[in-house]
Amino acid sequence: MSAGSLRIALVGNPNCGKTALFNLLTGGRQKVANYAGVTIERKEGRFTAPSGRVLQLLDLPGTYSLEANSPDEQITRDVLEGKYPGEARPDLIVCVADATNLRLHLRFVLEVKRLGLPVVLALNMVDAAQRRGIVIDVPELHRRLGLPVVETVAVRRGGALALIERVDGDVPVAAAARLDDTASRADLHAQVREILSAAVTMPRQTAAMDDALDRWALHPVFGLAILAVVMFLVFQAVYSAGKPMTDVIGEGFGWLGTQAATLMPAGPLQSLIVDGLFGGLGTVIGFLPEILVLFFFILALEESGYLPRAAFLLDRLMMSVGLTGRSFIPLLSSFACAIPGIMGTRSIQDPRDRLATILVAPLMTCSARLPVYALLIGAFIPMHHVLGIFNLQGLVLFALYLAGILGAMAVGWVIKRIHRDKSEHALLMELPSYRMPKLRDIAIGLWERGAIFLKRLTGVILALTVLMWFISTFPSPPAGAVGPAINYSFAGYLGHGLQYIFAPLGFNWQISLSLIPAFAARETAVAALATVYAVGGDAGTGGLAHALVANFSLASALSLLVWFAFAPQCMSTLAVIRRETHSWRNVAISFSYMFAVAYAASLLTYQITRLLT
Amino acid sequence: MRLSELPKGTDAVVDRVHDAHAADPIAQRLRDLGFVDGEPVRVVALGPLGADPLLIQIGSTRFALRRSEAARVTVRREAA
Repeated sequence: MSAGSLRIALVGNPNCGKTALFNLLTGGRQKVANYAGVTIERKEGRFTAPSGRVLQLLDLPGTYSLEANSPDEQITRDVLEGKYPGEARPDLIVCVADATNLRLHLRFVLEVKRLGLPVVLALNMVDAAQRRGIVIDVPELHRRLGLPVVETVAVRRGGALALIERVDGDVPVAAAARLDDTASRADLHAQVREILSAAVTMPRQTAAMDDALDRWALHPVFGLAILAVVMFLVFQAVYSAGKPMTDVIGEGFGWLGTQAATLMPAGPLQSLIVDGLFGGLGTVIGFLPEILVLFFFILALEESGYLPRAAFLLDRLMMSVGLTGRSFIPLLSSFACAIPGIMGTRSIQDPRDRLATILVAPLMTCSARLPVYALLIGAFIPMHHVLGIFNLQGLVLFALYLAGILGAMAVGWVIKRIHRDKSEHALLMELPSYRMPKLRDIAIGLWERGAIFLKRLTGVILALTVLMWFISTFPSPPAGAVGPAINYSFAGYLGHGLQYIFAPLGFNWQISLSLIPAFAARETAVAALATVYAVGGDAGTGGLAHALVANFSLASALSLLVWFAFAPQCMSTLAVIRRETHSWRNVAISFSYMFAVAYAASLLTYQITRLLT
Repeated sequence: MRLSELPKGTDAVVDRVHDAHAADPIAQRLRDLGFVDGEPVRVVALGPLGADPLLIQIGSTRFALRRSEAARVTVRREAA
């Protein structure tokens, strides 16, 4: 191999720690978690070896076999065979294998070896293997495989030193051979068995801890009860842990606004700073704690290995509504944001199951809805305690999440009815070993999400808020005009125009107007309402929540909550549906069904609540 | 005996995987995952609804398989 940059590809079975290794080597911050199919795209990084040579590292989606079944596995196969567009064939393959699960992983190592590229085997998670008393005779493994073998611990600093040293030197090329018939595939298993009996001793097949936990977690009755409790606690925690911090931040920005108002001369600029920035953006940023609490739980669950268990418990139920247990993880990540959720469906092999999951993913309550929910619930739902332990606000929030889930089930069921086919849809899902979530990984994940939120806030949300302020302030009312000045502004005209469509749902013109920027980013609805009410002079001193209570009824508030639960919002989600399905038709279907469902549900909510109150 | 009929907690070994139809990708995937002649298997857990899916322990790996998938695998009980 010539000096200069060497291209190395990391491959291996799903969930063997390729991305953790990638992060360790490159100092990267790619997402790691404990389930198969976290990495769905090729990721590139580079690092400098002790010799001074620059090594280019490619992280690829995990696969059980080079006979690809799903879109993410195809990427791996195409890159390794040099058929991936715009990607040169790698110079060296680092095949990663889980040292606690060699019976499965070595078969893939043998398959990769036949590609004819230089291969290094990284035995990962050797620390876990040692804890379980698994003894691996590395020299014997090296002799039998004919490949350099190094031990790694991807989650430990310095855990890949042996690997760096190895790939920095020369690596012998394995003999190339193609796998064509089932006979040679069976041979691979026979070889694996031979190698294992010569080089590996295992005191027991599974970790005793996993068996003990699974007896409860997968129990037909207790398992479901545990799942329900876990989910419920997460949503209660979001509200009870996040809310006090939100209040503090909100008051802080209110105070800053008042200070700014006394320092600046009255006029349009003061109004922009006070109403638009401190009023609008301040309200949105206050919801960062809630979003972080939600992400903390999602990340901890992802790391623990519990999610595939939940998928196992729910598979049959999800199948009856046209989804699959495999949909569970993409749908759960859609609670954070539908975009990674929709991209995560790449690990679903079956095209119909995948499309159904993509179509229902936007119904999951994403974190961008949280500011809207929290604002309206905080303003309209009393802080009662129900049955002594639950608070009513938390229960309403839970009900909104539930509405999204039930809506998704109904839509899945309809898709299944329309899209009848007789073909079989497979599950075939691996359940990983449990793992204690690492605080460092969770902290990195929270940091990344927090940064994304702040970037949105200072980017698109800021721009829209300034725009909303502008159209609410200009043009000024003509001389001699009566009524509030805002009625003569662009915003006033636009809002009143839209109100014709939304009046049956109980939306006033301010709400109707705020639905436009919400289409770019849902949180902006909060900032937009804050701006419009502040400019209109209705906000008073009590902040946005008081302005809302003074200006609309409980029926309107509930109707708006329901609208946000179902409405097709957020252009980025629609764009990602287009990208993942390559079809504008699917975008049109998503948009129109969600609009219809949201309109009907809000109409019912508004009219029924009005009759009852 | 089919793997889908194996009682929970009983040790058995795989006989073979049968193609449900010509070029059956599910059967091929099962073979790739290690469902080949002589591998010890066990049903570890059953799903809460209709005892579906099944959690199968093969080697040191656990896979969730639906009944229809497990029915492709024939197993035999062996006095181990």
